[in-house]
Amino acid sequence: MPREMMFAEAIATAIGEEMHRDDSVVYYGQNMAMTDRDPFVKKFGKSRVRITPISETAELGIAVGAALTGLRPIVELYMSEFMLVAFDQVINEAPRLRYMSGGQVKVPVVFKAGYGFAAGWAGQHSNCIYHAMMGIPGLKIAVPSTPADAKGLMASAIRDDNPVVYLHHYMLTIDKGEVPDGEYLIPFGVADVKRTGTHVTIVATGWMVKKTLAAAEMLAKEGISAEVIDPRTLAPLDVDTILSSVKKTGRLVLVDQAPRHSSAAVIIAGEIAEHGLPYLKAPVKMVTALDTSVPYSEPLESFVLPSEEKIVAAVKSVLAKQAAAV
Amino acid sequence: MPASQLSKDRLTWMYTHMCRIREFEERVKRTFVEHPGTIRGHAHLADGAEASIVGSLATRAENDLVMPSYRCHGYPIVLGTSTRALMAEIYCRRDGLCKGFGGSMHLADPERHFPGTTGIVAAGIAHAAGAALTAQVKQTGQVVYSFFGDGSSKQGGFYETLNLAAVWKLPVVFILENNDYQAYTHISLEDANHVAGDPLSQKAKAFSIPGVTVDGTDPLKVYDEVEKAVQRARAGHGPSLIESKFYRLSPHGNAITVPPVPTQFQEHEAIEVYGNKAEFAAGKAKDPIPKFRAYLIADGTLSEAAAVKIEDAARAEMEDVVKFALASPLPNPEDATKYVYA
Repeated sequence: MPREMMFAEAIATAIGEEMHRDDSVVYYGQNMAMTDRDPFVKKFGKSRVRITPISETAELGIAVGAALTGLRPIVELYMSEFMLVAFDQVINEAPRLRYMSGGQVKVPVVFKAGYGFAAGWAGQHSNCIYHAMMGIPGLKIAVPSTPADAKGLMASAIRDDNPVVYLHHYMLTIDKGEVPDGEYLIPFGVADVKRTGTHVTIVATGWMVKKTLAAAEMLAKEGISAEVIDPRTLAPLDVDTILSSVKKTGRLVLVDQAPRHSSAAVIIAGEIAEHGLPYLKAPVKMVTALDTSVPYSEPLESFVLPSEEKIVAAVKSVLAKQAAAV
Repeated sequence: MPASQLSKDRLTWMYTHMCRIREFEERVKRTFVEHPGTIRGHAHLADGAEASIVGSLATRAENDLVMPSYRCHGYPIVLGTSTRALMAEIYCRRDGLCKGFGGSMHLADPERHFPGTTGIVAAGIAHAAGAALTAQVKQTGQVVYSFFGDGSSKQGGFYETLNLAAVWKLPVVFILENNDYQAYTHISLEDANHVAGDPLSQKAKAFSIPGVTVDGTDPLKVYDEVEKAVQRARAGHGPSLIESKFYRLSPHGNAITVPPVPTQFQEHEAIEVYGNKAEFAAGKAKDPIPKFRAYLIADGTLSEAAAVKIEDAARAEMEDVVKFALASPLPNPEDATKYVYA
């Protein structure tokens, strides 16, 4: 029986179920598990659930070493930017060790972090840094957009034998949705069509899926039918599902909260440029953040980030291009 | 057991492995001259470190894990890794320990309790603590030996990891191999403890854990200090820091050059960079191998003939190893896409 729960609860449910299923899963991070009243400490004990100092290099590096030797650690990082102070472990240790060993070892670790906060956290705690990790062979990246996906992707991340960066969007934290009970696994590299449509394909991840679905509603009222695709994992990236949709609609809008050149959108645009050009009736359009840091004050922040209105305008522009061509 | 009670067999075992490491490293060094181009990129040699490596690992229980830095040829030799596979890896060959994917700095032999090394200074200290976390959570009784250089002890990861390892009382022994150089830079230019005239083991005080400095050219002294730290770790009391002091007898291991410019300095940095021949001569005078040999002969553990036999065997082994590695084929190019994902 599916049950309605919040996004954050869905993630915690997956972690709890996987820890129950597999004794080798451990969970630690800053500002968690502080007392014996903590529900994870209560259930799984202080050996498997731990609090750490503010020491990301040690937290991530210890997780890599633990993963090499038989544990499945989940590191709670809260903010994806906190990985930056220990990026060597994310980029140059966890995903490389298996390869450099000629396949002798594996590093099953989950780096869990919130990202993309848009509530006045300003320049250093609001970013979307997945682009920096997308091209790293050996590393996987999950970016759920619904509570059900949040649960299914976390369970799969924990069971994966490779390092996974699990990014949950802070603006989705208290969103509610139906979540399947019990074992629920979403395979990596399989995009989800969140809304079917015929006139235009829109690809979005995380919070941008919500904004895109709202934009699609606005467009529907004007008789425009948008198909909305959520890749759900950026690495591996399901290019085939996007291509099939583009084949059908002939138009592609890429919505991404990151600045243009550090977005996942540019990578998807490159794939479609190489493999999908014959299907396109109009140039690909990217709706990304402006090329600025994220500003503090609300009007400034809103101006920089993609919005429903910007998505609607982009869709109309690719449809107009087609009209002009005819 | 204190080192003074080690059996003659065990002492002989120690000398044998010291000779095997030395001869292996000599053959790596000779390869640069005898077979130029056979070794690509970096190769960091452990000559001078033999007493420290073998004295430390002589304290190991069967399942204890070993996680050193990228100056890593010596440890797996003691753990029983095939020296043929080791040399073949350094020679880029298909029969290499890591099938030619890793090279000198990135070795792994998990079946022999050697989960792998990293080429990034100090990154492996946290990995070793992570292996100790596994031992603690799974209650395996294992201790992890973490080896790293004095240069690593200036990285943030060193401080973060020792702090957390102390808080969690992880079963790990941190062995700081102080050879007076971080790459080409003399320690007098970069270490606050050294500059103040203090031992580097003083850093342990920051984490309220035991810290001791030992003569790393004497395997028995190393053994005694590491043994205490291992017992403490195994008893659940947490980590210790041991500063093992010895002199690196070869240059650092790489200059960043492009082929065919050799990546090795001709001479040790003491001479090549600082023009300090006296320092190098003093380091060479403390070479642990002739020292330990003389000790064992004086002690009656070894006869001259027995010592020569051990040395000859090491030479014969590494002669075979070089031949094997040279004869091993290069990897199939298309195998390059294997092993990206598990």
